[in-house]
Amino acid sequence: MIIDLLITVSLVTGGIFGFVGSFGLLKLNDPMSRMHAPTKATTLGVGGVLIGSMAHAWAYEGHASAHELLITLFLLGTAPVTANFLAKVYINQQTKPSDLPGPGACALWATHDKSEHQPPTEQPKA
Amino acid sequence: MKLLNRLLPHPLLTLMLTVIWLLLVNRFSLNSLLFGFVLGLLIPVATQPYWPNRPKLKRPIKLVPYVALVMWDIVVANFAVARIVLFMPNSKRKPAWVEIPLDIRTPEAIAMLGGTITMTPGTLTADISAEGRSLLVHCLHAPDVDEIRNEIKTRYEARLKEIFG
Repeated sequence: MIIDLLITVSLVTGGIFGFVGSFGLLKLNDPMSRMHAPTKATTLGVGGVLIGSMAHAWAYEGHASAHELLITLFLLGTAPVTANFLAKVYINQQTKPSDLPGPGACALWATHDKSEHQPPTEQPKA
Repeated sequence: MKLLNRLLPHPLLTLMLTVIWLLLVNRFSLNSLLFGFVLGLLIPVATQPYWPNRPKLKRPIKLVPYVALVMWDIVVANFAVARIVLFMPNSKRKPAWVEIPLDIRTPEAIAMLGGTITMTPGTLTADISAEGRSLLVHCLHAPDVDEIRNEIKTRYEARLKEIFG
């Protein structure tokens, strides 16, 4: 009974936060802010579902399940990287160095610093 | 000792891979422990070019309270972001870019700080400066930019500095 309640509560919590994450994508009005909703609200959304799944495996299938811990680990490891890649694409395509605060001691932010990636200029043939 | 170093370039990575393999199998047995250990031996050697240096951990034990703190902050972050998404009209929300000057220098510590910032309340790491001296952070709602900068520096960066030295 109590374990059923725990499973239900965590599933519903997970569902609500998953919904908030998706709703944020619709509601927020600029690309950078839109990235906040899925990276954060979704961690607790997925987390709730995983806690429910672990409690279910423990109570009804009679064994502890560790797969959920792995999913958490991989999620925490990969979500920041995805967000960072999306942010870099946005900075590259939509901003100029003057749109952002200056990077302290350095001249440019890494995405704007294209000096290393320029194709080598062709030498005129003699 | 040198041979051991060649065979085991990253002991921590080996340990981690073994544990991950055991979790993947989802049931403890000597077979899977051995196979996990073989994977833990082979993968670090095969990926050696990507890991030229062994990351230095000065006080690895302090990682435990740090991870607990970040986990707690992630839960709080979820509620804070949910409240902003659901109840704050877009016209009242003030998104902002913040520049965080870095005191930490090792790539592992900076990567970890970047990940932490992305997962915690209303902030998201967007970029690093060309020479790796500061991070560019985007805030979902930032009435006071300096306060956010101070919080990140004292709450996370100071702790990471102790861990990575």
